[in-house]
Amino acid sequence: MSREAEDLNRRLLRARDAMDRAYAQPLDVRAVAGVAHFSEAHFIRSFRTVFGETPHRYLQRRRVERSMFLLRETDRSVSDICFDVGFTSLGTFSRTFHEIVGETPSHYRAGHGPMVAPNCFQLVATRPVVAAGVAMRSSSFGEAAAEAAL
Amino acid sequence: MITKLNVTAIKVLDQDEALDFYVNKLGLEVGQDFEQGLIRWLTVRVPGDPGIEIYLEKPGPPAHDEATTAQLRELITKGAVGWVAFQTDDVRGLYETLKARGVTDFTQEPTDHFYGTDMGIRDPFGNAIRILQPAKVTQAATA
Repeated sequence: MSREAEDLNRRLLRARDAMDRAYAQPLDVRAVAGVAHFSEAHFIRSFRTVFGETPHRYLQRRRVERSMFLLRETDRSVSDICFDVGFTSLGTFSRTFHEIVGETPSHYRAGHGPMVAPNCFQLVATRPVVAAGVAMRSSSFGEAAAEAAL
Repeated sequence: MITKLNVTAIKVLDQDEALDFYVNKLGLEVGQDFEQGLIRWLTVRVPGDPGIEIYLEKPGPPAHDEATTAQLRELITKGAVGWVAFQTDDVRGLYETLKARGVTDFTQEPTDHFYGTDMGIRDPFGNAIRILQPAKVTQAATA
């Protein structure tokens, strides 16, 4: 383990933190890679090696986790929540939510009420795990295009 | 019966850099700082609260062999090791203060919850820090 690898990890973590902080805003892979001073393709590859999933999937799980929180804790409509957490289309939100959680946002809301736990705990502990074998899809994040450019 | 939490530790990659961050930026104060053999016992604490100290521990010999040290350093920089939470009486004021002191690695800007307002930052090495301003409990709620 070299200092270079430590520096790489820390930069990737900084980019991951940027996604956690700004999940509600429009983000694309170029902007996130820029936080860590990476080219897009190098960023995607390194992120997957270090954190075990692509940056896009990480961001999707963050957004879906936040949407699960809002579904549990608020009365906001599903479409409002979709935009609150950074999705730009209800169709993509519903499909991604179902892919990751295994049920629709409305079903999820019906089955879950508010949770009494600090938010920082919820952020970590209720983060959905993606079912094995779920395919990646292209999106406005731009990851597929950046990988195709390899 | 255990009566009190006394010392806890955060693993850091460099103790001088840790001292600068936790004291000069975050605003903690130095508890103890002395060298003994290969170890530098460096602790910080919340000003005015001398009962609990945080040991800024640098992994390495003799506590850790070379391979373990490398693994720990890798995990610290991935954000997979350390975590600590503090309280403040003014989280938004502290947020501005930290920004003015050059802190940039915020993981969450001040956000309101039913139990208070909190924010998240990262130390220079990858450890997570939460800072909470607890919600004011009303008289009626405590009665």
